[in-house]
This record gives sequence, C-alpha cells and structure tokens, in this order.
Amino acid sequence: MTASTLAAASTTSTGEAVQFWLLGTVAVIGALCTVLMRKAVHSALCLAGTMIILAVFYLANGAYFLGVVQVVVYTGAIMMLFLFVVMLVGVTAADSLKETIKGQRWLALLCGLGFGALLVAGIGRASLDTFNGLGAANAGGNVEGLAALLFTKYVFAFEITGALLITAAVGAMVLTHRERTERARTQRELSEQRVREGKQLPPLPAPGVYARHNAVDIAGLLPDGTPSELTVNRTLRARGQVRDVSTQALEDLRALEQRSEERLGRRRDGEEAAK
Amino acid sequence: MNPVNYLYLAALLFTIGAAGVLIRRNAIILFMCVELMLNACNLALVAFSRMHGNLDGQIIAFFTMVVAAAEVVVGLAIIVSLFRARHSASVDDASLMKL
Amino acid sequence: MENLIALLVAAPLLGAAVLLCGGRRLDKAGHWLGTLLAAASFVVGVVLFADMLGKGPEERAVHQRLFSWVPVEGFQADVAFQLDQLSMTFVLLITGVGTLIHVYSIGYMEHDERRRRFFGYLNLFLAAMLLLVIADNYLLLYFGWEGVGLASYLLIGFWQHKPSAATAAKKAFLVNRVGDIGLSVAIMLMFTTFGTFAFGPVLGSAGEASEGMLTAIGLMLLLAACGKSAQVPLQSWLGDAMEGPTPVSALIHAATMVTAGVYLITRSGAIFNAAPDAQLAVVVVGAVTLLFGAIVGCAKDDIKKALAGSTMSQIGYMILAAGLGPIGYAFAIMHLVTHGFFKAGLFLGAGSVMHGMNDEVDMRKYGGLRTYMPVTFVTFGLGYLAIIGFPGLSGFWSKDKIIEAAFAKGGTEGWILGAVTLLGAGITAYYMTRVMIMTFFGEKRWQPAPDPDTTAGVEPGVEAAPGEMPHPHESPKSMTVPMILLAFGSVFAGGLFSLNSAFVHWLEPVTDFQHGHPPVSAAVVTTATVVVLLIGVGIAYAQYGRRPVPVVAPRGSLLTRAARRDLLQDDFNHVVLVRGGEHLTRSLVYVDHSLVDGVVNGTAAAMGGLSGRMRKLQNGFARSYAVSMFGGAAVLIAATLLMRAV
Repeated sequence: MTASTLAAASTTSTGEAVQFWLLGTVAVIGALCTVLMRKAVHSALCLAGTMIILAVFYLANGAYFLGVVQVVVYTGAIMMLFLFVVMLVGVTAADSLKETIKGQRWLALLCGLGFGALLVAGIGRASLDTFNGLGAANAGGNVEGLAALLFTKYVFAFEITGALLITAAVGAMVLTHRERTERARTQRELSEQRVREGKQLPPLPAPGVYARHNAVDIAGLLPDGTPSELTVNRTLRARGQVRDVSTQALEDLRALEQRSEERLGRRRDGEEAAK
Repeated sequence: MNPVNYLYLAALLFTIGAAGVLIRRNAIILFMCVELMLNACNLALVAFSRMHGNLDGQIIAFFTMVVAAAEVVVGLAIIVSLFRARHSASVDDASLMKL
Repeated sequence: MENLIALLVAAPLLGAAVLLCGGRRLDKAGHWLGTLLAAASFVVGVVLFADMLGKGPEERAVHQRLFSWVPVEGFQADVAFQLDQLSMTFVLLITGVGTLIHVYSIGYMEHDERRRRFFGYLNLFLAAMLLLVIADNYLLLYFGWEGVGLASYLLIGFWQHKPSAATAAKKAFLVNRVGDIGLSVAIMLMFTTFGTFAFGPVLGSAGEASEGMLTAIGLMLLLAACGKSAQVPLQSWLGDAMEGPTPVSALIHAATMVTAGVYLITRSGAIFNAAPDAQLAVVVVGAVTLLFGAIVGCAKDDIKKALAGSTMSQIGYMILAAGLGPIGYAFAIMHLVTHGFFKAGLFLGAGSVMHGMNDEVDMRKYGGLRTYMPVTFVTFGLGYLAIIGFPGLSGFWSKDKIIEAAFAKGGTEGWILGAVTLLGAGITAYYMTRVMIMTFFGEKRWQPAPDPDTTAGVEPGVEAAPGEMPHPHESPKSMTVPMILLAFGSVFAGGLFSLNSAFVHWLEPVTDFQHGHPPVSAAVVTTATVVVLLIGVGIAYAQYGRRPVPVVAPRGSLLTRAARRDLLQDDFNHVVLVRGGEHLTRSLVYVDHSLVDGVVNGTAAAMGGLSGRMRKLQNGFARSYAVSMFGGAAVLIAATLLMRAV
C-alpha cells in the first residue's frame, strides 16, 4: 500500500495478493448472500460487508479518498438509508425466493452466465498487463490530486451532479410527501367511531404483561395464561416476529405456584408443629 | 498477482448483482443488487485508474457514487410510496402495464 | 367596332342565364326573350360583317382581348376573340340558322311545358358555339368545345323521362369525351412545342416544329374532330342523338355543332399542311365516313335517322375536303355553309312532317303527304334537290367542287378519292330520293298514333289521342317561315358563293387557297357527277316509286340489315370496347383480389400473428423486461468483441 507497491508493475506485492484472495472471496460470498438471503435486513448487512471490503480494495489501489468515502457515504449513509426503509416498509410474508415468473430464473441464470463469460473474455482479450501505478499521480497527495481534477477538468460535471443531488432530494420529498386531504379526526371522533364499530374500547393492553419478560415482541398473557395478539405491535405481527412465551410462562407459573405451595406448606407445617 | 484480477472480481460482482436484479422480487433487495453493480463498476474504475496512472478513473468513480446516492434517494422514495399504495414491495405486483 | 365581338357571345349567354335562372315567371315570355337575343346576336354579326366588308382583304381580321384568364408565369391564357373571315362565316351561319330555328321552335315546342328551359339551352348552345368559333386561342376554343358538348347533352336528353333519350344523351356525352381527350392532348402538345396556344403564334410557327410532333398534334386534333363531328370511328352517337327534339337535330346535329370538327381542322390548316401523314389520316377518315354514313342513310326507315346518316356522310365530304389541304379548305367550308342551310331545312321539314303525323317517325307509315303539307313538301323538296347536288342549287356548287378537288389530289390517291366522292354522290341521290318518295309520294300508309307507353312520346303538338288516325296538316307559320327562308338559302347560297369564286376569295386570307388541277377537265367531272346522281335517283325511283312501299320492312340483304343496325357500330363497340373493358376490369379485379389484396392481407395477417406472439412478451413484469435488457447488453458486448476480433 506504499508508494513502492504502487509503482509501475505487472504484479503486486505478496501481501496485497494474499489480501486480495482472502477479502475477494469474502466479497463474493457477501455478494451472493446479498442476492440469496431471504430477509432484506440480512441482505443489507451482507452488502455492507461487501462494500467495506471494496473500500479496502480501493485503498489498496491507491484510491485513498474513495476508500474513505466508500465507508462513510456508502456503507455508513446509504446502507443505513436502506436499513431504515427496510424497517419502515417491513418484511412481508410474500418475500420468498420462490420464482413466480415462468422461466425467469433460467433466463436470468443464462444471461448472467453469458454476460459474465463475455466480460471475462473481454478483459482477457484486452492487453492489460502493464500497470502504470499511481505513484506519480498521487505524489502530491490523493485528495489534492482529485480536488485539482474535480475543480478544473470536471468542474462542470461536478456542478451538475450537485444540481442532480438537490433535484433528487426534492424529488424524494415530493414522492413521499402526502398532502392531507381531510381534517384530522379528533380524539372524540375516534372514540365514537370505536364505540360504533364495537371494537376494542379501552386502550390496547401492553405487551409482556403477566410475564417476567418485558419486551415489545412478547405477547401479553391473558389471565388463563394464553397469549393475546392484541398486545403486540401490528408491524411485528405482520413480520411474524411475535415470540410466544405462553407455555414457558405457564410452566414458570406452575413452578412458582409449586414453590409457594412448598413454602406455604412448610410454614403450615411449622405452625402445626408450633402448636 | 496481476492487478487485472481486480477487474475479474469486478466483473464477477457485477454479474452477481445483475442476476440478483433478475431473480429477486423485493424492490429493496433489487435496489441493493443495483448498488452492488455500481460498486463493481467503481472497483473496475479504480483499477483502471491504477492501470493508467492517472486519477480520472477515481473521479468517475466518485461521480458514480454521487449519482448512486441520488438514485438511491429517489428509488427508495418510490419504493416507499409504492408500498403505501399497494402494501407490497414486490416488483411483480406492480405489473399493471401488462395486457 | 371590334368591341362588339364580345356581344356576340354575351347576348345568348345572357339569355341562357336569365332563362335558366329566371324560374317559372318567365314561362310565358321566355321563348320570345331567347329568340330575341339570338336575333340580336345575328344583328351584331351582320353589323360586324358589314364592317368587315369595308376593309381590305388582309385587314379584315379583328381582335378583342377581354381579360387575362390564366395569368400564370409561363402559361398565359387570355379570354380574347379573333374575328376573321372564317370565324365570320361561322358566326353568320350559327346566328342566322340559329335564329331561324329559335323561331321554328316557338311553334314546335308550343305545347311543351318546359319550353323556357329549352330556349335557355338553345341560347347556351349558341353562346358556346360562338365562343368556339371566335376564340383566338385553343384553350378558349376548348372551353367553347366543351360548352357545346354540354348543350348537346342537355338537349339530346331534353325529354329525359324517355329512357332512350337519357341513354342517347349519355352516349353522346361519353363518345364526345373520347374526342375531347384528343383535343386536350393536342393542346398540351402545342404548349410543350410552341409554349403557347394562341392561334397566331402556334399556326405562324407551325413549320418550325418537327414533323413527328406536328403529326401527333394533327392526329389528336383529328380525334377531337371525329368525336365532335361524328366521324368514324367515333360516329356512333349521332344516330341516337336524334332522340332530341327536331329543332335540336336541325341546329346542333346537322347545321352547326357537328361541323365544329371541320372548323377545327380548317383552323389548324397550317399544322396539317406541314404534316402530310396527319392530312392523309384526315382524308381517309372523311372518305370512310362519307360512305359509311351514306350506306346507313340508305337503310334507315326512321326519317330523322336517315337524315342523320346523311349528315354524317356530308360531314365526311367536308372532312375529306379539309384533308386535301389548301385546295380543299375553302370548299369544305362552303359545303359546310350550304349544308347548314339545306340540312337544317330538311330536318325542319322532317319535324314539320312529324308534327303533322302524331310524331310518327317511320317513313314506311308516311306516303302521299305532298297534298296535305304543301309548304313542307316544297321546302323539303328544294332541300332534297340541293343535297343531291341538282345542278344550279347550293349543294351542286359545293359538292361538285369537292369532287373536283378530290380528283385534283393527284396520283392514285386522287383517283380513289374522286371515285369515292362520286360514289357517295350517287348514294346520296339514292337515299334522299328514297326519303322523298316514301314521305311525300305513293299511297297513304298511315297508322294509328303510336302508343305513348312504347315511345313515351309527350312530344309537343300531339293532339291526337293514342290509337287515333293522324290528320296530317300544315304546320303553323312560325314553323313554315324558317323553312321557307332556309329553302331560299338551299337554292341560292351555293350559286352566290360561286359567282366569281366569291367565297373562295373571301376565305383566301385565312385558308390560303390553291387551285387544284384535276387530271380530267372540270366539265367532265361535273358531267360524271350529274350522271351518277341520275343513276342514284333512277334506282331509288325503280325501287320505291314504281312499287308500293311495304309497311313492314322486308328482311333485306345482309348489307341492308347491317346498315339498319348502323353497320354494326354499336355491336363493334360492345364487343371490342365494352366486353374487352369488362374482361380487362375482371382480370384487374382478380389480380387486385388475389395478388394485391393477398399481399396486403397476408402482410396484415402475418403482422397480426407475429404481434399476437410478441404481445405475450409484454407480461408487465419489470424483471422480464430487465432480462431482455440484460440479454441485449450481452449481445452488444458479444457483437463488440466479435467486431474487434475480426
């Protein structure tokens, strides 16, 4: 990663080779997991890992600024945005890997293999043996070099991307902003509607009631020990992330009763003995 | 090791991402696959930059990141509004334009 | 004085406009107005004629330019008139005979409730015909040419409730269109050759164009003349045109309109003079029609159709004379004028006979009418003597000159043409004698009035109820007076014209006269003509005068039967043109259905089928589209690599 390793050469240092083969393998696995993981959260995490490895590769290739930006912007900001949306949208039961379009998977595989083979063939055909290295280009510092290019040769593109970003921000707001078309209903109206529809009149019960656990994903237990779905948030219910603790709770309850029985029995025995 | 291996890796990642776009139905994962493809491109650009000994490739990669950021913002906004309208993030559900 | 020229056309045109647009309130006076305006036109013509006589022979042509008609760069057409000796002759003939026939029509159409319209059409015809003869360029001439065609159509079909009249009108119109195409093509050729179509420049520089082009123009003009003048092969309409009222037959289909072809050829003499092949074609057409019409005239029992055949034949004489070149133009026009007199007189006489015979037209049902209609008999008889060329009368002077000129053509051609014209003169004498004897001599063969259902005859003057025996009577004064006047013309016009060759000298500045030199002396030709004439009369007398005429026509020889069917002209047209056209159309339709439609429908079906399969690709799934894009990208890369590899 030093200037010497980046000098003109057709080979890299052994350290970089080891790093490439190790991290490259992980990156490919991460990419495959991104594609194949059933849950979006897992996919996002795998992608973040791949991106961090790519950041390392950027650094190894002398792109220090990009490596840092990759971590900060991509892995830090963009992937967090992804996770945020994943949480917002939720995971539906329909999100399975089962293919619904006839022949789509085969076609996709065929195209993917063909495309990959063609790319590899193209790279193999190109004479890319000599690498000039970035020693000269990075002599004045990578960031300085980039900045010099960015504000001279690419200044117009830079400005235009600025405009693009602003447009994207405004566009996102326009897309997601919902104009309220009717007056917000008051609390009184809401309660009247509830009475009229005969639904749950009092506030919903809190989760984790009658249990030792006190977490939002654990259904509260009714007096007979059965869990109540009402106590769990709708999103968690939709995701199927409700943890049912009723059997465990009932056992705990029985054990508690037994223990208290024993204790009370001992006390009674003691009292009887005292008598 | 020949640094051209970075290019092969980029091609591989790009192909995996493309296949993911074709295979997955969840719009969010679709987007992640697109991001993966963009990252693969960036890797190739950085490798090219090293190959040619100048920083233009890195600049292009930088622009790619900016454009990707913009694209993600808009794309995710679309997904959110799509989800609001159809209560689903599956791209197959948004197939109103068929016969 | 030349400002008066426009008045010639304007007067009858005004009459036509007023009478046709004026509505029923003009019914009472319409015929007087029409006649008055026709007479006014005649008076203007006479005034112009007097003015013209006061000038030297070379300064007599006058021009009047009204306005620019088509002011386009490189294509200038003016509404301008040229009144020279040739036009003047026609103007006097048209307005003079026209006025007489207007007067005649007052009596003839008295009982027709559409008389006002009839006079409107007659005035329209006069205007168009005058425009035709005084135009100073071919385009304006074409305008008048089409105008007379329209008037002819309207007047032939005047009794349009009769299917035969409506059909005849259509037939005349269609056949005339074929000729009109010739004229329009000729005008286009003139424009491309000379860059103009005014008479002066075109005829003045006719010698500069190539002979091939001049021949083409000449043949096209001949086609036009054939259509309008009922010459072979476009002759078939004239016989049927007799369905029109008799004054129309007299004015349009005998005296004036059908002679427009002769006018056209004479006017375009400079072109024909420079194109001997076209001239030969003109002569051949004239000679063939001369015999054709004469043979048809011999076989017809319908008095008007016999006269129509005669008209065809006489115009054949004129065309033949016009085709002879400078030795014949003047005689063609002279015969045209004398023919105008005596043929109009004959037709008016025929109309008068029909008027008295309950519109019976079959001569076999006439006979012995001379005592019942003395005036008609005398005027018709004078016309008869004139047309057969009885020495001293009009027809003699003009026809004899044509026969001389035909011999003077020289060589074998001259002998053939001379023989044909002589033979024609004999046949003319035969068939006219036949008409004369069958109508006015012999015993009465009258039949009850024809059933109106079969002939649908609402012809005016029918006072007898169907089934009633006719009571032949002399026609009213309004009809007899024009007949008498025309009879004067029939008797004296030819003689007057021939005094010191007055007519030839009159026309010479226009038609460039040359003296023909027949191989035999003129006296021999004249003698031969008279002998042939007497033979024709003798045969007719032997056949019809000495034996009673059968009321039902005998079967007759093959030639007679063919001639009764107009020498199979309609059969020929039907077999060659109609059937041929039908077959051509059917085969074209078949080709259209099988080949063209097959290709079109096949393409459409293939597209439809292909689309039906292609639309399955449009399943609405974005991922399917993405596969297509991805595959496309792969193909692009492959193509790029391949191109690099090559």
